[in-house]
Amino acid sequence: MSERRVTVTSPRTGAARRRPSPGTREIDEQTRLGEVYMSALVRSQLRLSLFVCTLLALLVGGLPLLLLLVPPVREARFLGLPLPWLLLAGAVYPVFAGIGWWYVRQAERNERDFAELVERK
Amino acid sequence: MNLAAVALVSLATLLVGFYGLRLSRTTSDFYVASRTVSPLVNASAIGGEYLSAASFLGIAGLVLAGGADLLWLPVGWTGGYLVLLVLVSAPLRRSGAYTLPDFAEARLESMAVRRTASLLVVLIGWLYLLSQLQAAGRVLTGMIGAPGWLGGPLVAAVVIIGVLGGGMRSITLVQAFQYWLKLTALSVPLVFLLAAWRRDGAPGIDDQTWLLPLTGDRQLYSTYSLILVTFLGTMGLPHVLVRFYTNPDGRTARRTTAVVLVLLGVFYLLPAVYGALGKLYASDLVGSSTGADGVVLELPRRLVGGVLGEVLTALLTAGAFAAFLSTSSGLTVSVAGVIGQDLLRGGVRSFRAATVPALGVPLLLALLMPTPLPVATMVGMAFALSASTFCPLLVLGIWWRGLTAAGALVGLLTGGALTGAAVVWTVAAGPGDGWAAVLLAQPGAWTVPLTFLVMVAVSRRTERPAGVARTMVRLHTPERLRLDRGDWRPRRI
Repeated sequence: MSERRVTVTSPRTGAARRRPSPGTREIDEQTRLGEVYMSALVRSQLRLSLFVCTLLALLVGGLPLLLLLVPPVREARFLGLPLPWLLLAGAVYPVFAGIGWWYVRQAERNERDFAELVERK
Repeated sequence: MNLAAVALVSLATLLVGFYGLRLSRTTSDFYVASRTVSPLVNASAIGGEYLSAASFLGIAGLVLAGGADLLWLPVGWTGGYLVLLVLVSAPLRRSGAYTLPDFAEARLESMAVRRTASLLVVLIGWLYLLSQLQAAGRVLTGMIGAPGWLGGPLVAAVVIIGVLGGGMRSITLVQAFQYWLKLTALSVPLVFLLAAWRRDGAPGIDDQTWLLPLTGDRQLYSTYSLILVTFLGTMGLPHVLVRFYTNPDGRTARRTTAVVLVLLGVFYLLPAVYGALGKLYASDLVGSSTGADGVVLELPRRLVGGVLGEVLTALLTAGAFAAFLSTSSGLTVSVAGVIGQDLLRGGVRSFRAATVPALGVPLLLALLMPTPLPVATMVGMAFALSASTFCPLLVLGIWWRGLTAAGALVGLLTGGALTGAAVVWTVAAGPGDGWAAVLLAQPGAWTVPLTFLVMVAVSRRTERPAGVARTMVRLHTPERLRLDRGDWRPRRI
């Protein structure tokens, strides 16, 4: 059965040439253990994604309320420019990019962990 | 000089397009550039495609007219990519689908959902294209003195030659080129404008209601609805998604999106400054015949003047025209792809035939519609429609095994119908006040949660697709692992 499988990964990777390891077979055959592996991966990635979304909701969603309810923040000035403008037209963009890069590194780490788990003999 | 700038941009676009033509021969090349584009080129292409006339001209105009509350618009348009990055980018690339309908079919194993998704892609694409073509008409009238109806057809002609010539491969190169052109075209004049402003004694702005956010009634609801729609709507825009299939794998798709965040962040620092300078030197444009959308193009003439002012205006005109071309090309490719594949027989010939309705229908609407709406308003409606249909489909489809074909179908129809009705009502009735008008003008805050609820509720009572476990393996596992990912392939190859 397993000999007839077709390689769907890029042939350039080393992994494609190796014999399938037990973890990947569990997933292929959809055993209970395979399901556990898969839901562990999906859950770890989802937890990471929801963490970023919550962070974003607090940062971006909290800003209008902060500006509305705390007049000193709304009317503050920094370097001669109004603080709301500095936040909305400047500071948010590097913050977004920073969160994005952090997420990419974490997500790739989750995938490495998963690969190590299922390739273990 | 402005005429020369428009001609030059058109010519450069076509030349880069024909260079790409030599490289694109097969169907796969034609649609997705054979997935061999590097992250920086791909990210530039996404940026070039995404930064439409609404970004290049519209934001500055809206900030000039509406003040600090409109600063949320570019924030949302960038933040949408962060949401897309964390929820959608890698799994979507790994799904192997070329278009949103492909994804719907692969995940839900249902042709009914696929067709509904196709219909929505075409509607969103047309709404977005309509806004671009209308704005093109207005800008060309203002800048080179052409009659108002000419702008749309001119943009359409350049786009159609480019798309028919090279398809996605050439479009990818064209789009990457357009991002850098647009960034240059907006940043270089700004240096001169700020120098002129300093020479003028660097005057400040006194208008407190303009300067401070949340001064109007019901502004809090509108602000939150705007944030929600832009953050969640980006992932469902057809011309954005098709770009992700040009990445080699899920990991590069993620990295590409992270680069896009940087590129957009750099670009969006600029329009707000134009809006603020406009408040000082061109506030008479609000309510004038050109409209506030013209502020970016008007400033060099007023602040710098002379030959230099003319050169800077020409550069900005070139950038604006590039914005029309890039967004319209991307939209045309995606809409034509869906029409060619789902209504015609598929393959390169159907794709070519499909470009005619893809671009012709919105062009006709643009010519027939007597009073054009502000470009950012139209774009906002496309975002609302996308956020209340494709966002729930993608998020639930990727992360929740429980989503069923019936749930997705009922959800898409509910979200699409309600948002569509709100859009039509707002266009027909015009702006009003009172809660009902506000809720209809900014429907996202209630249609998006409602669609999520409907999809979950119906899915819980219906049966899951047979292959959902295999699809989850396909969506979430890194490609280098040797796993059985099922045998689904997009139909056209």
